[in-house]
Amino acid sequence: MVSLIQRYKSFSHGVHPPESKATTSKLKIRQFPFAPVLVLPLAQHIGAPAKAVVREGQEVERGQVLAEADGFVSVPQHAPASGVVRKIGLVPGITGRMTPGIYLEPFPGSSQEVAEGEPCRLESASADDIVAAIQAAGIVGLGGAAFPTHVKLKPPEGKTIKTLIVNGVECEPYLTTDHRVMLEQTADIYMGIRYLLKATGARHAMIGVEANKLDAAETLRAAAPDDIDVVTEVVAVKYPQGAEKMLITALLGKEVPSGGLPADVGVATVNVATCAEIGRLLPHGRGIQERVVTITGPAVGRKGNYRIPIGTPLRFALEQVDISDDVSRVFLGGPMMGQALSSLDIPITKGTSGFVAFTTAETRDDKKEYPCIRCAYCLDACPIHLNPSLLGLLARNAEYDRMVEEYNLLDCFECGSCSYVCPSHIPLVQRFRTSKAVFRERQAS
Amino acid sequence: MPTAPKTLEIHTSPHIATGASVDTIMRNVVYALLPVCAFAVYVFGLTALVTLTAATLSCLLAEHLFCRWRGEASTLGDWSIAVTGVLYGLTLPPGLPVWMIVLGGFIAVGVGKFLFGGLGYNAFNPALVGRAFLQAAFPVAMTTWYPSLGAARFTALPSSTFAFPFATPTYDSISGATPLAAMKFDGDITAATDLVMGLTSGSTGETSSLLIIVGGIYLVARNMMNWRIPVAILATVFALSGGLHLLAPESYPGPVFMLFAGGLMLGAVFMATDMVASPMTSLGCVLYGALIGTLVVVIRLWGGMPEGVMYAILLANAVSPHIDNLVRPRVYGTGEQESS
Repeated sequence: MVSLIQRYKSFSHGVHPPESKATTSKLKIRQFPFAPVLVLPLAQHIGAPAKAVVREGQEVERGQVLAEADGFVSVPQHAPASGVVRKIGLVPGITGRMTPGIYLEPFPGSSQEVAEGEPCRLESASADDIVAAIQAAGIVGLGGAAFPTHVKLKPPEGKTIKTLIVNGVECEPYLTTDHRVMLEQTADIYMGIRYLLKATGARHAMIGVEANKLDAAETLRAAAPDDIDVVTEVVAVKYPQGAEKMLITALLGKEVPSGGLPADVGVATVNVATCAEIGRLLPHGRGIQERVVTITGPAVGRKGNYRIPIGTPLRFALEQVDISDDVSRVFLGGPMMGQALSSLDIPITKGTSGFVAFTTAETRDDKKEYPCIRCAYCLDACPIHLNPSLLGLLARNAEYDRMVEEYNLLDCFECGSCSYVCPSHIPLVQRFRTSKAVFRERQAS
Repeated sequence: MPTAPKTLEIHTSPHIATGASVDTIMRNVVYALLPVCAFAVYVFGLTALVTLTAATLSCLLAEHLFCRWRGEASTLGDWSIAVTGVLYGLTLPPGLPVWMIVLGGFIAVGVGKFLFGGLGYNAFNPALVGRAFLQAAFPVAMTTWYPSLGAARFTALPSSTFAFPFATPTYDSISGATPLAAMKFDGDITAATDLVMGLTSGSTGETSSLLIIVGGIYLVARNMMNWRIPVAILATVFALSGGLHLLAPESYPGPVFMLFAGGLMLGAVFMATDMVASPMTSLGCVLYGALIGTLVVVIRLWGGMPEGVMYAILLANAVSPHIDNLVRPRVYGTGEQESS
């Protein structure tokens, strides 16, 4: 029996934006066709860009390494399709700015078999072998951060990792990729957890799932293997529950120290789609060639969750899903933290979890900015327990040093909850981003 | 094939908002006050209607004129001045000469709000600033109470209503004192049921505690009022006056009387909760409420005046930023930490 009122674990504060997930959460992941040309920036991840190892005009096989990692905080780039390297030069990057990259033209009508590499055998591989294999597979945080995953798995000197947390919260409205991956790639997720437990030395794993995805939690629980210590925990539906710190607090009741890392509380966290990709690729020695992307929003005709080859131009993708002529804003990621795009000539990269497209009806900006009335909504929303109202005033007076030194500005991870609730429509988080940038610039000089 | 859009909007995240707005909050406060106003008209008749209308219109007019004077767009649309106007009217005794009401309204808006920089910057509740001015300038008029439930209340206005400015108004009917004055100067305690229902003399809005509480619950349910403030005020008044009453029942009135008499309920629910002039932190709100409650009891029982709610709130308004500074919440991941 399930009690009528069930209190799920969570963190204190946060907000409840409309979920807007109903349409796509029930749609199975569908395979996308190859675009005529794939655009592959060499910097699809945080860290050093990959170094191209192919030449123009070279024919490549799907899964072949096109560019190799340049150092530890870097990952290689694999060919998303069999085809020919058209050009190596400047391509539009994830921000729309031109950046070094590769244009790849897939062979039409090719069977698109994936090249197999050296498999990473779970039984015989050491922790370092697995970390190296994860890097070799080109894996980055697929939740949107695009931080090379292998870097997070090695605990800093003197720290041990006890718990692996697999993040299946997906608290951003509209996005449903993690939800579908949990339902459709359950076995891959558990295989990924096996690799990750061994790589981190963690004794047990927890999968955190938001309570609006109970079907995913049930599917995961039903398929839980006996050979590893893993539990699926349901957490409350609340934004930003999927933020690393908030999930750790919800599951373990611990706080990651200010300026610290999850490893400081004995935790490594990995996004659930990233974990599934590790479980899918490592046994075959393959690299990432595609990823699941939610394309949704009022301006999208055929909303859905699509498995899309990396490098697919966004314009091609949006044409495939019947984008409305009335589209006025497209953003990369969810509506709370997603970045509005200035151009559709950007490629889908490893960090792209979704696109949401709004029509003019949703973006009509008739909101007047009022002075702060000290209603304290932002104080009750901030998951870090900052005083956004006061920080907003300080930002307006350009008192950046005070913001950082007295009011913990650098603990803000820009979730946007303060701006979301502000009845005066003050662009709080926007001011904090600028303040942080200015502060860091001043520090550097 | 759909054509590509011609322009894309650039906008930083978040791309959605709650839809809450300052004007929505303020408008709902006015809604919550309407039953209190209606009941005031029922109890005091036409004179309450005149008092409330004159108070509200004078505040609206003052706001409009101050905006024009400063060369800014009119801020009537944010509804905050409507809240001030109605609240100001509710603090006034019915039958107060209209010219005094208008003068006080201009003081409320000019000194209470615009001198500090307008909406969001007022250190004190503007309605109470207006009332405090009248209390100091016209102590007699401000303590002359119109009787409740008078037979002719819907057909006639007291002659003081349209008194000529700066002439001493004449009063045709002086009621018995308010419950608090009766307690203070005569030692009479009004029955609790009359107090709760609001069938007593007093300021326009000091009547029905029940309707004030209903309005407060409405605002709390809509997350437009911090419940900690009224609860802390009322709990403090109840505890302090209850303790004193237990020690010396003959010298001090009981806690129920203290809660429901005078302007405490209106002040605790609608005045002290002015978002701009009250603390933002939860603990700060509790301390602020406790301070107001303590001051109310001290002024009422040992001060020279029968009522102390207005001064209690104004004093607490003054220290509310400091209260927030004293009780800054612990930021996530800082301070005392359990080690891993």
